[in-house]
Amino acid sequence: MARDLEQYLRPEVKSTPFCPGCGHGILMNLLLRAVDDLKIDMKNTVFVSGIGCAAWIPSPNFNADTLHTLHGRALAFATGVKVFNPKLNVMVVSGDGDLTSIGGNHLIHAARRNLDITVICANNMIYGMTGGQAASTSPLGALTATTARGNIYRPFDLCELVKGAGAAYVARYSVTQPVALMEALKEAFSIEAFSFVEVLSPCPTQFGRRNSYDSAVDMIKMLQGNCISREEAALLSGEELKDKIITGVFWNEKG
Amino acid sequence: MAYKEIDSVLSPGNYYFSGNTAAAEGAIAAGCRYYAGYPITPSSEIMERISIRFPEVNGAFIQMEDEIASICSVIGASWAGAKAMTATSGPGFSLMQEAIGYAALTETPMVIMDVQRAGPGTGQATRVGSGDLMQAKWGSHGDYQPIALSPWSVQEMYDLSIEAFNLAEQYRTPVFLMADEAIGHLMERMDVKPGLRIYGRFKQADLPPFGMDQDDGVPPMPAFGEVQRLLVTGSTHNEWGIRKTDDGSIHAKLVERINNKVFNNREKIILTEELYLDDAEVVVVAYGFTARSAVFAIDQIREEGCRAGLLRLKTIWPFADHYIEKIGRSARCIFVPEMNRGQIKGEVMKYAGCEVASYNQTDGEIIHPETIIQELRRLF
Ligand code: SF4
Repeated sequence: MARDLEQYLRPEVKSTPFCPGCGHGILMNLLLRAVDDLKIDMKNTVFVSGIGCAAWIPSPNFNADTLHTLHGRALAFATGVKVFNPKLNVMVVSGDGDLTSIGGNHLIHAARRNLDITVICANNMIYGMTGGQAASTSPLGALTATTARGNIYRPFDLCELVKGAGAAYVARYSVTQPVALMEALKEAFSIEAFSFVEVLSPCPTQFGRRNSYDSAVDMIKMLQGNCISREEAALLSGEELKDKIITGVFWNEKG
Repeated sequence: MAYKEIDSVLSPGNYYFSGNTAAAEGAIAAGCRYYAGYPITPSSEIMERISIRFPEVNGAFIQMEDEIASICSVIGASWAGAKAMTATSGPGFSLMQEAIGYAALTETPMVIMDVQRAGPGTGQATRVGSGDLMQAKWGSHGDYQPIALSPWSVQEMYDLSIEAFNLAEQYRTPVFLMADEAIGHLMERMDVKPGLRIYGRFKQADLPPFGMDQDDGVPPMPAFGEVQRLLVTGSTHNEWGIRKTDDGSIHAKLVERINNKVFNNREKIILTEELYLDDAEVVVVAYGFTARSAVFAIDQIREEGCRAGLLRLKTIWPFADHYIEKIGRSARCIFVPEMNRGQIKGEVMKYAGCEVASYNQTDGEIIHPETIIQELRRLF
């Protein structure tokens, strides 16, 4: 991580807890760059997270108030913080299983209320911390600790879900698209309403090794190959889109 | 920080309120300014009252998508600096249990009002019970010491609601007001006094928010945005909130302290009321609505020459162990009438050292004085 971003990390934190090759380190870096670019006041910012690898991005690393909560409930805790003290910047950083599976109900209702909360959902398509079980975001056919013959259920389209629930800003990018992702994070931070950024973040340890992406590099390459823009997607047939992950800004109330 | 005297929010005087309305007013009087809840019979009037009154006192009210969200947002608001609460009944109280453990471990002050109905399951939503007391004690996993109060009148719905907030702040822990449907929906007159004693949150920068040298200490609690850069986690943590999930001794120390800070102060926390204990041969131990019937029954049976007395538990948890031990030494028998299958009787038996009789009723009805009189006659 660049030296000038160190001011945003707690001095007592010496290293991140993530596996080698995990995408969450890249996301952490981009997130703090966005904070730095926007000159966000960390003293007035509360980072709320749930349970899982991604929940450890802010807690205990970020040099701000951090609230590391229960599995699935980050948005409910965040709602209490924001509603009682609207002057605080409230950002939720957590994983796909946490925010959209066990926490799915809170996600749609938080989007419906359209409070000024920014949600960064690190989507690694699997439960990493608990050992690689299927998530509500695992692709069809994915091999996981609980789908040895391949996942038979369709994954959520999180952006469509959150957009439908009423969010003001919805975007999806992969950590392999750092420039666009950082722009989306900055836009999400700036919007004074409910904003949601889904970030594809590779989990080589639990997802990659089970699904024949033998190294972290293979996982990055998979994301690079499969993540396409909305414009590119518009030119492809249904069959051609099968393994693709469509990225971009899906909704921005500001137009 | 200590208690300070403030002026009452409600103008002093006499009010004709339901128990649920009184509980809401007590919360407002105590300084509660954040409420999150989800509708459930028979507690909803608390939320309705708060929703109407909060705009007048600059409070933040939100109706959440379920009880889990309600209690979690209350914890968030508490760390943002609010005196905060939710109210519910059995099924909602069940949903809240995980977060109650989180609040106990993170030492988050908050008040949860449970207006108990006839369980288990959906049971009888509109009818009375007091079957949630052991759930209040043991509902979340792991070891912690809850504080739970049991009001027996509309007046106490008001008074103990204030007491609940004071205890929550003083001991930095969730506190339960364990009302029952009969008290929640009872209408009667109550007094509001001109002044009240309120415990303000103990804040002191530079002191660790999760540590105290004494093994039963209560650390200060700053709020988010106060430049302390708080680390709050439901995982085992050191005195500054840094996650420590490998060191067993840190976990043991933390669990010991959050238990001791309540248990070792139980003599200060426990509130009871006594009637005729000086000469009582048979002592009724009762709480909530049942204690009203017990008083009536005791007065009646004393006219028949039977020396009965009453210990009314206003505090259910921590349990009044020393009171029971003392009564056990002077009385021949302790009688425990309850609207459950004997939840407090079991506790009484642990400490009584004398005969313990009980009457248990789970038909969604209050226990009538005549029933207690009949049961007492059998014991004389
Ligand atoms: S298990 Fe996966 S998501 Fe978790 S830290 Fe390791 S690589 Fe990252």
